[in-house]
Amino acid sequence: MFRWLQHFPHFLELLYDLFEVSLQPLKKWFKPGGSTEPFVIAVEKLGKGTVFNCQMCGQCILHSTGMTCPMNCPKHLRNGPCGGVRQNGHCEVKPEMKCVWVEAYSRSLKMPKYGHQFASLQPPMNNQLQGSSSWINMFYDIDTKLPAGWANTRDIPVNFIKEGQDD
Amino acid sequence: MTKEIKAPCSRLEEILRAGHFAVTAELNPPDSADPEDVYRAARVLAEICDGINAVDASGANCHISSVAMCALLTRAGYEPVYQVTCRDRNRIAIQGDMLGAAAMGVLNVLCLTGDDVTAGDQPEAKRVFDFDSIQLLRTARMMRDEGVFLSGRKITTPPCFFLGAAANPFAPPHDWRPQRLAKKIAAGAQFIQTQYCFDIPRLKEYMKRVTDLGLDKQAFILAGVGPLKSAGAAEFMRSKVPGVVIPDNIVDRLKKTPKERQQEEGKKICIELIQEIREIDGVAGIHIMAYRQEELVADIVKQARLLPRPIK
Repeated sequence: MFRWLQHFPHFLELLYDLFEVSLQPLKKWFKPGGSTEPFVIAVEKLGKGTVFNCQMCGQCILHSTGMTCPMNCPKHLRNGPCGGVRQNGHCEVKPEMKCVWVEAYSRSLKMPKYGHQFASLQPPMNNQLQGSSSWINMFYDIDTKLPAGWANTRDIPVNFIKEGQDD
Repeated sequence: MTKEIKAPCSRLEEILRAGHFAVTAELNPPDSADPEDVYRAARVLAEICDGINAVDASGANCHISSVAMCALLTRAGYEPVYQVTCRDRNRIAIQGDMLGAAAMGVLNVLCLTGDDVTAGDQPEAKRVFDFDSIQLLRTARMMRDEGVFLSGRKITTPPCFFLGAAANPFAPPHDWRPQRLAKKIAAGAQFIQTQYCFDIPRLKEYMKRVTDLGLDKQAFILAGVGPLKSAGAAEFMRSKVPGVVIPDNIVDRLKKTPKERQQEEGKKICIELIQEIREIDGVAGIHIMAYRQEELVADIVKQARLLPRPIK
């Protein structure tokens, strides 16, 4: 119903910022395992489900992926499109669906604030967080906790070009 | 690529570092428990290439596993490239298999996302994709360089991998493909094997951007090629195989050829493509993919004047 909102990624990134600030005062009600948790989950599911078809992975990276939920990719890729994208920009697995990453890329180009994060290297998912609230996980830094081996590995420096043209 | 070569070093890595134009070829796994079926194909390929890719359940169809095939190949002194996909195994299985492969003498690993389960003949299977190809690459590099598993637990003797990744210059979003390559290199890719290259102008465009970014200096790029059996096969590949682009002029050329000579024409096209690709700046070698047609691959390498291979 509200999926059309995704065509306004710049508006959504502003909303994202606003939302993050406005959630702060509610922090005391946002506790992992707290009595309000089911309510928070229900609200998140409804809100983000309606707009983004959110899959409740519990570790939201929407602002790094052009405000497009990567968990809608049948392969659950977190680091960009696979090599199977069709010439019309549709998904290899679901030919009727536009590739999540093709959408994510073109949208991220319209996001002056977070668009550049499209290039960032996303860590393996924490599958234990499936179904939990990414808002709560964000407040308590649960979603950014990395496996020790991953966290201690240095990245190889490579030149990235941040800008690109619309495809 | 200034990093010192660790011993033992893969032959493929040595050849690439020495500046030779490398040749790798795909060995599609047999549906058989007889090792001779693997060796029969390997014997042909080993003569004409520097690395034999052991495909991991090609096209999401079940065959002998790539890790087992690698074990057979190293045992007989061949140089395999162990293909790992994220489709069938979770992170625990993948890390264990990589370490096991290293123990059996595997030095080259190609990290792939993998075709979806729906591409194969058992589409009812559960898809895993616990990792994506980039996370897989970085994990393999972590095992090698940091000597730990993802959890941080120590590996007594870390593997010595020469790490590879795939690239598709022809799939949308085209503008972002060179940056995706950069991301793979940042994650740990040292060599790249691309999807089939039939569209030379587009490959040139892609390689221009790749060389502008200096990525050809940070990883060895091997362009993928393969012979087309017939006009029908070309039509099938471009409509059914994910990520393959074949321009009309190539399909038309095959269609104009009488049916009985189409295979020969397909081979000729492949040799011409190799010669054109060789001239492109930044290409370090070719990767030949031809489903269970080892003799044909040998013929192509010979006729493209890529013999003899540097080290045997």
